[in-house]
Amino acid sequence: MSDPSSTRAPDPFPAAGNLSDAEREDLRRHGILLTSLEELYNWGRSNSIWPLQFGLACCAIEMIAAATARFDIARFGAEIFRPSPRQADLMIVSGTVTKKMAPLVVRLWNQMPEPKYCIAMGACAISGGPFKQGYNVLKGIDRYIPVDIYIPGCPPRPEALLHGLTQLQAQIKGERMSGPDTARHLRPEEPSEFPIPDYGAHDLEPPRNPDLFQPPSLPRKA
Amino acid sequence: MESLEQIRDRLLTRFPAAKLELVLNPGPAAEHSLLLDAASAREIALFLRDDPFLGLDYCSNATGIDWPGKEIVDTVKKTVPDPAGGPEKIVEEKTKRIQPGCLEAVYHVYSMALKHGPVILRMRTANRSDQVTLPSLTPVWKSCDFQEREIYDLYGIVFEGHPDLRRLLMWDGFKDHPMRRDYVAPDDYEWEPTPHGGVLDRAKAHYPAAPAAPEVAATSPQITPEGPKP
Repeated sequence: MSDPSSTRAPDPFPAAGNLSDAEREDLRRHGILLTSLEELYNWGRSNSIWPLQFGLACCAIEMIAAATARFDIARFGAEIFRPSPRQADLMIVSGTVTKKMAPLVVRLWNQMPEPKYCIAMGACAISGGPFKQGYNVLKGIDRYIPVDIYIPGCPPRPEALLHGLTQLQAQIKGERMSGPDTARHLRPEEPSEFPIPDYGAHDLEPPRNPDLFQPPSLPRKA
Repeated sequence: MESLEQIRDRLLTRFPAAKLELVLNPGPAAEHSLLLDAASAREIALFLRDDPFLGLDYCSNATGIDWPGKEIVDTVKKTVPDPAGGPEKIVEEKTKRIQPGCLEAVYHVYSMALKHGPVILRMRTANRSDQVTLPSLTPVWKSCDFQEREIYDLYGIVFEGHPDLRRLLMWDGFKDHPMRRDYVAPDDYEWEPTPHGGVLDRAKAHYPAAPAAPEVAATSPQITPEGPKP
């Protein structure tokens, strides 16, 4: 996770860049709030992440629990679960993605407008989990769509989901609007839509998106 | 409720042409079952449902079994008289035969009205490849509908007379039947962090060529992203 204060280059924005944090804090005590557009933009986005309302398996129950009064995802501004992908910022892939379901998940992802983020919640969404060698379970949703936050667990507790959400907020707050490390959604060459796999005779075709997912190679003893 | 033998005897007097067989369960559960033949299964199921003493009006479970063909070695001991007049020799003769495989559908039926059950019914196909048709019992017990579709999907038994025989879990264009014993899953074992057993065998095909210094790699394992394959 990128920490915004440590990874930042010298700020190119004069509005906030010429002042140190101490000076800004001093001004704030006098009732003057100085900020940059980027900071304001990221502050607004990170505190109103609207997730897409769908669940795939038992992790969805924990996601629902995170929205209830005991855990209260509304504390982080993410309580507005949208029934339409057109209005959602965040896709929480909560549970086992079967191969029959995978094209539909990719289609939903393609229908979400930028900026959009993806959380793979639980062992199944990350790697297939306990069903990894099953005949109809996708071995991780990151074979087809880019994932920002992985939350391990089977299922993860609601606290873990909230932790993942705050990590995503930190990532959003560190994003830049311009410069060499511009955020992904502001770079026109970065794809926003990904090819939807077809139902083949024996498996999904292609079985993974090679531009997105390459298996890591572990050096092993022969 | 009558015992399974009594039910079988009553069925045989009612349907003399039917071929019925008791399949005994030797385990402690002793859940014996009744093997029906495909030709008369529908009539027998209707009789079991409508008979006033049985009233088996509810099928709680229908599932499939795959019995692959297996080779059986029969050993017969024979005594051969010695032509020289000595003691008789005992010779073992081994004959191999192949027991043909089949697919089986199993139904657990209960009576809600009379509060008894289960009676376990079985049906077997002639083989595992081309003669895989069995009569559907969905017209008798409505609850078999999705379960017979699931059996069709996963085992490939074709149920004749089913109102809507489509795949249930897999997509329509899927060609295999994943619960059969000889099903081979697609080869996507390229990333297995801790493989063992059969998974290890399949994952090994995806392992990169052995590194130049394996002892160094063993002491400091590193995850390195693999570049795009040429």
